[in-house]
Amino acid sequence: MSPPLLLGVEEEGQSNVSLMASSPSDCISQNVSGLQERNYLGLSDCSSVDSSAASSLPVDNKNKLNLKATELRLGLPGSESPEREPDLSLLSSGKLDEKPLFPLLPSKDGICPGSQKNVVSGNKRGFSDTMDRFSEVKSSVYTEKNWMFSVGPDSESPQSVGQGKFPGNSGMNPMLRPTGAQQAIMKEMAPNALERSRPAANGTHNKASASNNNMSAPAAKAQVVGWPPIRSFRKNSLATTSKNNDEVDGKPGPGALFIKVSMDGAPYLRKVDLRTYTNYGELSSALEKMFSCFTIGQCGSHEAPGREMLSESKLKDLLHGSEYVLTYEDKDGDWMLVGDVPWEMFIDSCKRLKIMKGSDAIGLAPRAMEKSKIRN
Amino acid sequence: MSYSSLPEDVLEHVFSFVQSDKDRNVISLVCKSWYEIERWCRRRIFVGNCYAVSPRMAIRRFPEVRSVELKGKPHFADFNLVPEGWGGYVYPWIRAMAGGYPWLEELKLKRMVVTDESLELIAKSLKNFKVLVLSSCEGFSTHGLAAIAADCKNLKELDLWESDVEDPSGNWLSKFPDTCTSLVSLNIACLGSEVSFSALERLVVRCPNLRTLRLNRAVPLEKLAHLLRQAPQLVELGTGTYSADLRPDIFSNLAGAFSGCKELKSLSGFWDVVPAYLPAVYSVCSGLTTLNLSYATIQSPDLIKLVSQCPKLQCLWVLDYIEDSGLEALAATCKDLRELRVFPSEPFGDEPNVSLTEQGLVLVSEGCPKLESVLYFCRRMSNDALVTIAKNRPSMIRFRLCIIDPQTPDYLTLEPLDVGFGAIVQHCKDLRRLSLSGLLTDRVFEYIGTYAKKLEMLSVAFAGESDLGLHHVLSGCDSLRKLEIMDCPFGDKALLANAAKLETMRSLWMSSCSVSFEACKLLGQKMPRLNVEVIDESGPPDSRPELPVKKLYIYRTVTGRRIDMPGFVWNVGEDSALRLS
Repeated sequence: MSPPLLLGVEEEGQSNVSLMASSPSDCISQNVSGLQERNYLGLSDCSSVDSSAASSLPVDNKNKLNLKATELRLGLPGSESPEREPDLSLLSSGKLDEKPLFPLLPSKDGICPGSQKNVVSGNKRGFSDTMDRFSEVKSSVYTEKNWMFSVGPDSESPQSVGQGKFPGNSGMNPMLRPTGAQQAIMKEMAPNALERSRPAANGTHNKASASNNNMSAPAAKAQVVGWPPIRSFRKNSLATTSKNNDEVDGKPGPGALFIKVSMDGAPYLRKVDLRTYTNYGELSSALEKMFSCFTIGQCGSHEAPGREMLSESKLKDLLHGSEYVLTYEDKDGDWMLVGDVPWEMFIDSCKRLKIMKGSDAIGLAPRAMEKSKIRN
Repeated sequence: MSYSSLPEDVLEHVFSFVQSDKDRNVISLVCKSWYEIERWCRRRIFVGNCYAVSPRMAIRRFPEVRSVELKGKPHFADFNLVPEGWGGYVYPWIRAMAGGYPWLEELKLKRMVVTDESLELIAKSLKNFKVLVLSSCEGFSTHGLAAIAADCKNLKELDLWESDVEDPSGNWLSKFPDTCTSLVSLNIACLGSEVSFSALERLVVRCPNLRTLRLNRAVPLEKLAHLLRQAPQLVELGTGTYSADLRPDIFSNLAGAFSGCKELKSLSGFWDVVPAYLPAVYSVCSGLTTLNLSYATIQSPDLIKLVSQCPKLQCLWVLDYIEDSGLEALAATCKDLRELRVFPSEPFGDEPNVSLTEQGLVLVSEGCPKLESVLYFCRRMSNDALVTIAKNRPSMIRFRLCIIDPQTPDYLTLEPLDVGFGAIVQHCKDLRRLSLSGLLTDRVFEYIGTYAKKLEMLSVAFAGESDLGLHHVLSGCDSLRKLEIMDCPFGDKALLANAAKLETMRSLWMSSCSVSFEACKLLGQKMPRLNVEVIDESGPPDSRPELPVKKLYIYRTVTGRRIDMPGFVWNVGEDSALRLS
């Protein structure tokens, strides 16, 4: 019924669709059965959170989402990072088609408890570890500011990313257009949730996601970074070989596909293993975590004074508008906007990733907007 | 006439026969005049850790060096344990050598970050530059290579062993001037994209001394024959893609070309092999000493056919498709075999996909009396097998066993593999390199500490029970230079108790162990000639002091903390105030 709202959700599960789609009609149709007086959008019977949700009609949302599609974080057209997924608890409480414009965030003090860390340690390590603690430190600059929402309950739970379950945040006003400040916190805090859900996701994802299968067996154990000790050159060579053979054998490809990720202005590149993600959303959030230090602060690198240099206004500038866009170089050497093709096709053709400044990607962005409109 | 009154140039002449670094170092310690003479006539230096010494110091001590070899990142960087941006930049060295070693001829780098700028500086400043070996390096593109090709008039060797090269469009091979006829060795096997075949061919034709040619995957098989006919003098060849449509004319052309290469001793490449084309190389098999089939996804019968024709084989790298039956054939045919490496075809699968077990290795150890170097990936092992191997081959020098599932016990007895590895170190008295795997307790480390007196490098993962394990190694292995450990329950005690040992080693890597930040600080404070670097991407390690450090890299150095550490590396030295902002 309102497909544009579900752009990001589609990949995660269709159940959201029906839930959201049905609630207004349910509300309205039940009017007829005369159970209760409901307003036009049936909100009075739905979540008690915020009646201003009523003001958000599909049309508005469409626009907002379109903007969001190219906004801020790597601008994957039409998809969003998992932590932006609609809060299922809100939805299930009958909250309308409103897709929360920003995720429910864990506590600002949301420490990674030691026990949670150990969950992580058994699984994927290395650079996939996030900057949660680091961002805690860095964010001290921002704690004095009056961010728009209060910190909610701890939202971390090692659940499959795809399910996107976050406990409700009572202080949250989901209708508010996210400000740069919020997004700053999102950038820093969201990793908390994602970090702990990632490692479990490694293991559970292969069960959860029907669309992608990066291990030979569905219940594959999580891969440990550095084990078995095989060099990336060899891993990538064998990956290419078996991809060529795959159509014949029907066997799944081997584990890793490391590609470089660069970001305009960052002093060094990173590498990610595309096979550890099953959709654009995961990739997007992983990259956000990895590179957030470059937008928020210079990670204390010796070349810059670090925190002092980054002013609030600069931060807001960074976070408003389409500052960064995620692009990739395909097999033909062309630079493309990430998100257009199905995920599997993307992994096959992606040679490297680049987080470009929005201004450089001007030519690419409108395509994304149009595509979203077409989908609507 | 006592030796001390021999004239300088006589001593210098004598010293010139001493090539080994170790011996040279000993010579320099005899007396002050020998130190002086030696340092002026040392022509090659090897710096195993580029951060152990500064380029300025190296140049100051050895002013007339012609060949430099440097290594950068720790070995575990090969397995993605070291985040990008960690370091290992060669530019400071090149900048220093541009001024200090204007007559430098050779540069060999391993696991370093090499930029195009560095390569351009080499091309511009070093007029007699001859040999460039970039092994597992990264950070450069074919632009840099173009500069080398264009300006190094006497280039003899260009070897890009498994480096990560950016390939922007641009035909760098054609930048070799027509006057360049000096190439002896060209290894471009790691290049991802196409090179101009005509430029390659012209280069091959005009370099009559070309002995080594390793092509990249993009060179099609149909063109290989043509190249071979232009360079029948080749000693080492790496093919490109080894597949083509099955056509008799292509085959006979290829077979004919190979038969013309009477000097071929080493073959590699073989990507995407079509087995039907393998017989084309049969004519050279009888002379082959090195065969690298580690990218050849062909099955055991084809491998057996090939290997059975190579009686002179000394070094074989192969995928586990060879299976036990193939290794049995190898053991029967290749009595001269020194080195065997068996790589896994599907390392991330849960189940074995091939019939390769410990038996294959046992058979090779029985049949190949000269076997001294082994790298073996498999899925099961037994103490019995290891004991047998140890007794068969006491001359083993390098033994690296990787049982793919961590902490796999002896599959027969379900016991740890302590006894098996213990036998290895006990019988193989000259063992220099050892990699452990499988289920292992502290006992194996006790064996290692007791017997492995010549051991120089030890790699450990998912092993041991307590600090005692680490203590055995650090206190017992007299020759230990490099120790790398991942996911073991080793903590502070052994490390601190053996702090002095760390200065006798090149480096120690520990990741996902139980070393506390306090211990690192203490170590850094007490040992000024060690750099104790903590790698932590999630934030300053002292903000969570109750957690063990994630990654720890300790190395000896005479230059103090390095200045190029990225934000996620902390040096916990004397001023343990962390270096943030």
